[in-house]
Amino acid sequence: MENYLLAMAVFAGCYALMALGLNLIFGLAGMVNLGLVGFFAVGAYASALLTVKLHLPMLAGWAAAIALASLLGAAMALITARLRGDYLAIVTLGFSEVIRLAASNEIWLTNGTDGISAIPAPGRGVLSPLLFNLQFVVIVWAVVGLAAWALARLSAAPFGRVLRAIREDDMIAAVAGKRVLAFKVQAFALGAGLLGLAGALYAHFNAYIAPDGFQPLITIYVVLALTAGGTGTMRGAVLGAVLVIALTESTRFFGGVIPWLKPVQFAALREAAIGIALILVLYYRPDGIIPERITPQEPA
Amino acid sequence: MIGDFPQLLINGLLAGTQLAVPAIGFTTVFAVLRFPNFAVASHATIGAYAGYLANTAFGLPAGAALLVAFLVAGLFGVASDEIVLRRLRSSGPLTVAIASVALTIVLENAVRFGFGNDPRGYDLAVLRDWRVDLGWLGLVRIGPQQVINAGAAAIAMALLFGFLGFTRTGKMMRAVADNPMLAALKGINAETVARLANFIGMGLAGYGGMLIAMDTAVDPLTGFRVMLSIFAAAVVGGLGSIPGAVLGAFVIGVGEEMSVLLFDPTYRTAVGFFAILIVLTLRPRGLLGERAV
Repeated sequence: MENYLLAMAVFAGCYALMALGLNLIFGLAGMVNLGLVGFFAVGAYASALLTVKLHLPMLAGWAAAIALASLLGAAMALITARLRGDYLAIVTLGFSEVIRLAASNEIWLTNGTDGISAIPAPGRGVLSPLLFNLQFVVIVWAVVGLAAWALARLSAAPFGRVLRAIREDDMIAAVAGKRVLAFKVQAFALGAGLLGLAGALYAHFNAYIAPDGFQPLITIYVVLALTAGGTGTMRGAVLGAVLVIALTESTRFFGGVIPWLKPVQFAALREAAIGIALILVLYYRPDGIIPERITPQEPA
Repeated sequence: MIGDFPQLLINGLLAGTQLAVPAIGFTTVFAVLRFPNFAVASHATIGAYAGYLANTAFGLPAGAALLVAFLVAGLFGVASDEIVLRRLRSSGPLTVAIASVALTIVLENAVRFGFGNDPRGYDLAVLRDWRVDLGWLGLVRIGPQQVINAGAAAIAMALLFGFLGFTRTGKMMRAVADNPMLAALKGINAETVARLANFIGMGLAGYGGMLIAMDTAVDPLTGFRVMLSIFAAAVVGGLGSIPGAVLGAFVIGVGEEMSVLLFDPTYRTAVGFFAILIVLTLRPRGLLGERAV
């Protein structure tokens, strides 16, 4: 049980990191991203492949995960930044599907649907499972804490203010002399980097990744986490991620409660519950549990 | 390799005709309600299952079952908009788009709850492929079911174009799509038109979903699998443009078939994504669309 709870804490940390990435892209800069799981997968595969096939150290894998996801994020933003948000929604959703397709089909690289196993992590097999999990909880949550702190600083800095201005009205931001495209691309790339890092952390903790693990539902988990926690605030993003994990994991144990449900029906109910939860949050708590507060600057 | 060309072209055109139906549905909803309704995927699945029930449980012929698919998916479209999406419209198109993703997951799982994951098939007569000799171009095989499907798709499109072009209600819809404010000044009730757009749009998604399922199989992911192709057809043609969606569907249908000349067939669905990227880079408003900025 302790092991299970610690593993959930690690997954919650990965989701929190993704929610933070989305918060930068969507919460601050107002760009929709429905392909979160694609960037997550890119990071996971990049780090896994570099450490398994080229035996690079784990930190190099993480750096590569951030770099590759950022690069793809920047490309995505460059192509769609001038267009309405609808297009970005479609492009990012398509991106995550293509990534999953590539992961299943480029067998020479990704091992196809068999996935990649034996992804290294310090202490695996040496430490007891409990200590290993505990160590990873510390690592992941240290990364989350660092990212949340850095993003909160960034959000309060002029950079964050420009992003919020772009979110509210990019025309006005442009008229005020801000290079909107550059800010959008930077925000998207940075956010995508965090998504990639979350994927790398997940891959090394889980030791195994496969295309099946990168379902579009994960994107919805993260969108739900950010919306429920509070779009625009870093604490909200982290809180939301913890709540989402608590919700999805606690429903797992209701399986025996209704005995006449078939397993597939129970699984369907759990997935539907996530969708319903997101819709309800959008109705009743669109600002989330920790709403964004913008304190007006005193005129100097 | 190049000898496959006529065969691939014919396959692509037939597939494009089928794809055009849900693509029109998607673009119609977009034209009137101004947001990409991702729930088009689950409505295609709902249509496929509605037609499946009509066809296998009630013994209706495929043509009548298609009508059932249209009606049921259309009614689901109106209901899901009334219950779920309409209240969010004031929060902006992106919020509604995100909610429509959540909606499609809910509906897809409702289908999964009722029918399970196992693929099912329609009760259709098995027909032998026609072989047509094109002389020096070689021999092509044509599946009669695909031709029937393309015909059914063409009928649906002809009816839609007739409706939009010649009836008062159809003209009202086009007016709202063109300029909602002017249409409101003329006394056109935007909510009625929105309901109609949802009914027709999602109905066509269901109709197209059943056509595609007749070609493949009915399962909870029937709609989701073609979602990217549907978006691609609509974006390539120009979001909100109905003739554009038809043209885009042919581009994507033929493109997906032709892609096997260059890439592994498993990458067919990636064609849509790259078509979207190319169009957005070079001509964001699409082939026949209005502005996209």
